[in-house]
Amino acid sequence: MIKNKLTAGSLKGWLYLLPAILFLGVFMVYPLIDVFVYSFEEGYNSASQTYFGVGSYNYAYVLHDPYFLQALKNTFILVVITVPLSTAAALLISVGLHSIGPLREFFRTVFFLPYVTNTLAVGLVFMILFKKTAYSDGLINLLIMWFGGGSVDFIDGPYWAKMFVLCFYTVWVVMPFKILILTSALSNVNQEYYNAARVDGTSKFRIFMRITLPMISPMIFYLVVTGFIGAFKAYSDVVALFGTDLNAAGMNTIVGYVYDMLYGDSGGYPSYASAAAVILFAIVLTITCINLLVSKKKVSY
Amino acid sequence: MKVVLQNLTKKFPSRDRKNHQDVVAVNDFNFEIPDGKLIGLLGPSGCGKSTTLNLISGLIKPTEGKIFFGEDDVTDLAPEHRGIGLVFQNYALYPHLTVRQNILFPLQNLKGEDKLSKTEMLKRAEEAANLVQISELMERRPRELSGGQQQRVAIARALVKMPKVLLLDEPLSNLDARLRLQTREEIRRIQRETKITTIFVTHDQEEAMSISDMIVVMKDGIVQQIGRPQEVYDNPVNLFVARFLGTPPVNVFTGQVKDGRLFISGEDVMEASGIPDGDVYAGVRPEGFVLNEEGSLGCKLNGVEVMGRDISIVSSHEASLNPTVRALIGTENRVDIGARHDGGEVTVRFDLVPHKVFLFDKVTEERVTALV
Repeated sequence: MIKNKLTAGSLKGWLYLLPAILFLGVFMVYPLIDVFVYSFEEGYNSASQTYFGVGSYNYAYVLHDPYFLQALKNTFILVVITVPLSTAAALLISVGLHSIGPLREFFRTVFFLPYVTNTLAVGLVFMILFKKTAYSDGLINLLIMWFGGGSVDFIDGPYWAKMFVLCFYTVWVVMPFKILILTSALSNVNQEYYNAARVDGTSKFRIFMRITLPMISPMIFYLVVTGFIGAFKAYSDVVALFGTDLNAAGMNTIVGYVYDMLYGDSGGYPSYASAAAVILFAIVLTITCINLLVSKKKVSY
Repeated sequence: MKVVLQNLTKKFPSRDRKNHQDVVAVNDFNFEIPDGKLIGLLGPSGCGKSTTLNLISGLIKPTEGKIFFGEDDVTDLAPEHRGIGLVFQNYALYPHLTVRQNILFPLQNLKGEDKLSKTEMLKRAEEAANLVQISELMERRPRELSGGQQQRVAIARALVKMPKVLLLDEPLSNLDARLRLQTREEIRRIQRETKITTIFVTHDQEEAMSISDMIVVMKDGIVQQIGRPQEVYDNPVNLFVARFLGTPPVNVFTGQVKDGRLFISGEDVMEASGIPDGDVYAGVRPEGFVLNEEGSLGCKLNGVEVMGRDISIVSSHEASLNPTVRALIGTENRVDIGARHDGGEVTVRFDLVPHKVFLFDKVTEERVTALV
């Protein structure tokens, strides 16, 4: 009796889950497995649906492709610079926002604007700010020259300048969400802790380090993890700034490389694309695992 | 360290857009708290007792008036310079720190000449933990502790910097009934051992009465009465204080005084010599009733509750402000309820014990006493 009841109940449960499972299976799990399979099929041709053999050649190719190595390097630089920088800056701004009384709502809105602005539109604005054309040196260059520096072409110029613009842009774009999360985390900290600390004569800096920071550490951790993942997946921002021919600009990212392998000028190589995607997946997985391990020690829930 | 409150007043600006009148949380509070005493600030919620505590702690600034610790004016001093220990209602223990780290926290803030060495700090923390008997819990985190243990940690954290004044905000409100009884004795013991002037806030009159050296009864920001618990219980200055103190609460009847006699519903109940004629409220403590078949006050019997030590006779009376009249009768002598049947209803008659009866003016609700 009871057994029958249970199976009837669990059948019902599975029935409720069916739509979600179906969609996830078809559009998530199956493609994921497919990507793995593709990445080991050598010389796959999507038109004839044939391949020569199975092996790790695709990986070897990708890992020796200078374009991929460039994309890997670009992505890593982007991640290493923007994730800590944007999180720290967002924390600073959130604490500032939290401690000012009047105009708080106004500044909140200002800081949140990039979040609701179209990536390509923002990219255009950055172009105007940074790009050097035949007619103008761009606003930033005008400023640099006004302070007595030499003008730099940020969009088509040296690598460091381009990387600077990309990092600057990325930090600017990802910050609003972080500020949003952190200000709400800050206002969730019980005022009593601050009162207790005040009565005990705790300095502002110590309150921040010993009370505020640990209290909001779960949120910071969340932002760091999602920040890493987001930065590793950077693509549209780069396109917005440097156009679609990223390999020529030397500013490609891993996702950009995957896209190029599939559809770009050098397109039509789904096996290479799959291998690159799997490598990206492995990197993100590793970094996230490291994050989780570190968080066990540092984050207090 | 004695604490002196002088004309202490706190007004909060009104949030009501139409009515701009300030909310007066504490109104002209004058009191000198003697050194080394345990003081209970008592009153219903919203009476300004917590505001008073926060004024003393310095977390909020008074609108008017002064606060002295000993001879020093501390009115404009920041909380950290007042030398107070504050225990919050919800304890406010830092959840990410262990008990030891929580207790050490205030010590690590000390700067300059007050700065302690690491071993000194650990020793002090250990002492504080021993005092509140939590030394075996030092490595735990607050969420691994019961409510009572958290309370002790909070007290240890407040005591570790050896404050001149210890302030407790509703220290027992988050504990269950049994723990409350135990903890209040604990607070009493700790206060006796440390001899620190302690002020605590509570809405529970029993709590305040049982452990305080003195209680301050407040209502709507105004101090109603200050005194030793027994004194206030035996001699309430107005109807509010009389009704607020005591469980079961005082029984209140409307009555008249005429020619030195008290009348309740026309019955001549007892002598009230020296009291001017007029309408009064008569408050009778539950223990102020004596069963007597020929007694002066007759009530309709509703029931009898036997509680072992004494019995409680529940009855009703048309002149009573409370829905029921509750009389506590001791059981040392065999009690025979002197009931008379009056047409189906059972009437129980009492005599009243004079010093358990308080008369209050019906308009001002102030106590009226014999003019001697």
